[in-house]
Amino acid sequence: MLGKTAGGLFWMFRFLERAENTARLVEAGFRIALTRSQDSSSEWESVVTTAGVCDHYRKKHNDFTAANVIDYLLRDKDNASSVYSVIKSARDNARLVRTALTVEVWTAVNDNWMTMQELLKRPIKETDLPRVLDVIRSQSALVRGALHGTMLRNDIYDFARIGTFIERADNVARIIDVKYYTLLPSTSFVGSSLDNVQWETILRSVSAHRAFRWLDEEDMTASSVARFLILDPRLPRSLVFSMKTTVENLNYLAEEYGERHACHDHADQMLKNLRERDIKSIFDEGLHEFITGFIHDNNALGLLIERDYKFYN
Amino acid sequence: MNTKPEHFDEMRVGDDAVRSPYDSYKRWFDEQPAGRFARKSKEAEAFFRRTGITFNVYGQVAAQERLIPFDLVPRIISGREWNKLSRGIEQRVRAINAFLHDIYNRQEILKAGRVPVDLIARNEAFLPQMMGFSPPGNIYTHIVGTDIVRTGEDDFFVLEDNARTPSGVSYMLENRETMLQMFPELFSRIKVQPVSDYPKNLRRSLAATAPQSCNGKPVIAVLTPGIYNSAYYEHSFLADQMGAELVEGHDLRVVDGHIAMRTTRGYKQIDVIYRRIDDEYLDPLTFNPKSMLGVPGIMDVYRAGNITIANAPGTGVADDKAIYSYMPDIVEFYTGEKAILKNVETHRCGEADSLKYVLDNLADLVVKEVHGSGGYGMLVGPAASKKELADFADKLRARPGNYIAQPTLSLSTVPIFVKKGLAPRHVDLRPYVLVSPEGINITPGGLTRVALTEGSLVVNSSQGGGTKDTWVLED
Repeated sequence: MLGKTAGGLFWMFRFLERAENTARLVEAGFRIALTRSQDSSSEWESVVTTAGVCDHYRKKHNDFTAANVIDYLLRDKDNASSVYSVIKSARDNARLVRTALTVEVWTAVNDNWMTMQELLKRPIKETDLPRVLDVIRSQSALVRGALHGTMLRNDIYDFARIGTFIERADNVARIIDVKYYTLLPSTSFVGSSLDNVQWETILRSVSAHRAFRWLDEEDMTASSVARFLILDPRLPRSLVFSMKTTVENLNYLAEEYGERHACHDHADQMLKNLRERDIKSIFDEGLHEFITGFIHDNNALGLLIERDYKFYN
Repeated sequence: MNTKPEHFDEMRVGDDAVRSPYDSYKRWFDEQPAGRFARKSKEAEAFFRRTGITFNVYGQVAAQERLIPFDLVPRIISGREWNKLSRGIEQRVRAINAFLHDIYNRQEILKAGRVPVDLIARNEAFLPQMMGFSPPGNIYTHIVGTDIVRTGEDDFFVLEDNARTPSGVSYMLENRETMLQMFPELFSRIKVQPVSDYPKNLRRSLAATAPQSCNGKPVIAVLTPGIYNSAYYEHSFLADQMGAELVEGHDLRVVDGHIAMRTTRGYKQIDVIYRRIDDEYLDPLTFNPKSMLGVPGIMDVYRAGNITIANAPGTGVADDKAIYSYMPDIVEFYTGEKAILKNVETHRCGEADSLKYVLDNLADLVVKEVHGSGGYGMLVGPAASKKELADFADKLRARPGNYIAQPTLSLSTVPIFVKKGLAPRHVDLRPYVLVSPEGINITPGGLTRVALTEGSLVVNSSQGGGTKDTWVLED
């Protein structure tokens, strides 16, 4: 496979994953805004921070109103991470690697882009937001379904999956990091029931609020939520699950190509770091330090993969 | 429909009779319930858009990707008509290859005075770097798209040769695919010669011209300028259908005297490049030093015989419209036969007498730039305003050698589907020709381009033209 094609697949699926996660973030923010009587601008600010676009946002807007944030995150063409922009980027990458995609996957991505153009043409009214977010999510699901249902399990699929899970790990880690003050235990807070709505947002923004209730016998506490998001191998958006999947797909590549690279060792080490930890030791180290370290390592992994598989000249 | 058409109509004879190639189709059409066609037309458009069969129009930011309108009524050619056409095309394509080999080697035709030396020497598309070099199989133009127009029952003219990088073949294939999906029953009623072998034939044809140094199965790549190019869809489509890699310049480099592509497992040699970028951008070391699209050093590898480039650099000479005016001579010179297909009468404005004639009759003529293509920079006299004519006359006087002029042909019409039913519109035809050491292969039919506006003669997709499926019947 061309290095460029591997890179195109990797980024195509990173962008698709980002679109979905941004939609979830907006949904979680919207819910808080609805359920809380007080001013919700700090919540919207944290949504923008989590999306990693706060500096640029401040250049365009002075305040964090629902309308501005929603517009910025969903449809602003100047925001390279808005849903509109990332779906366009995903589709551009899909065109670049079109010979590597099945007709079904290509059509799903192309449909997604056509749908977004129509859906995000005009500013979104609050009453319409749930429907809009729903369409964004279901379009992502259609692409994913086409990928699983029609693509050969070969290097093409591996690069698609690696892109997905590196992006997912990054997005989820950012959510934890931005909310870490909520999770941060000044010792007296550990184990105590905090502001439930805050927990809900975190869980909702990774679509895990029901899962948490179903799976977790524990109370919703700082450490139980953090443990769930970081260390639970059953949750498909936890850091450990993402890492495990990335490592698996990297191993398939190593098998197919008969060659291991620096990225393999790096990923193995990251997975090991997660598996050997328990939540207490993470809190002891400092949640923020732990997550910052993870985001850094995850970025480094992306760069190693890019180098080892010759995405660029 | 009671006035006698002034153009040859390929379906109707007089007011009610139908030409025989259209017999079965017309009968089927008349059986269709009202509304079915309008519905199918929408379906077809949605199909094209979803599949992403789009083209980009330069200079139109808002509508970056557009669909070429597709008309559901096939253009139908009988097997007998096609046989004659394809013999004519084959003869012409052979002559063009012989001509290119000659002018880059012994230049017999210039020595014989049949083509003026000036036309070659001052030709921008002529590449001195190709002198004394013979590509594998002496093939310069592996893929040709000969533009043909019809003016009467037996009157076919070649309008342009397109020996450089003809585009549009993906539309020929997708149009047929769409028709098969829309009207499967039609194809069991009427036997149409298939076009779907084109990608397979293209692959075979390219593989057969692999350099001598290639042992084993040749690795083929399609070289594209990238996703923002107007024909990118076609590049990816052909690569996909052939099972070839789709590469850009930055994927390639010279490794150990060969061209190699950067893969996830290191550099891998390739043997044949089907390039869809212009000569000028091919090699920044030899041609345009600013080119980011090409591969530095590829011309050295080419001249050393370690890569095949299709079509060969320097092929564009044959597309020059001044050279075109000599094509009947060229055919005769290399094949010893009279040209089967006619040339359109062409006035070379570089010649004083012709220039005078052209200026005197501008309102009746079509004037084209000798190096132009795609309908850009041309004047259609009968459709132009007084001011446009005057402006163009100034351009002609300033650079007469840059233009040729032709009479406005009364192009044949074929029916398209409009709200009221069928209506005649002007068309041309671009059959696709593959040349390899194994022979010449012409896909039956080709791409029919149609001017969708009533009375219009401009069929270019960049100027509002559409396309149709083209049927050659199994007679």
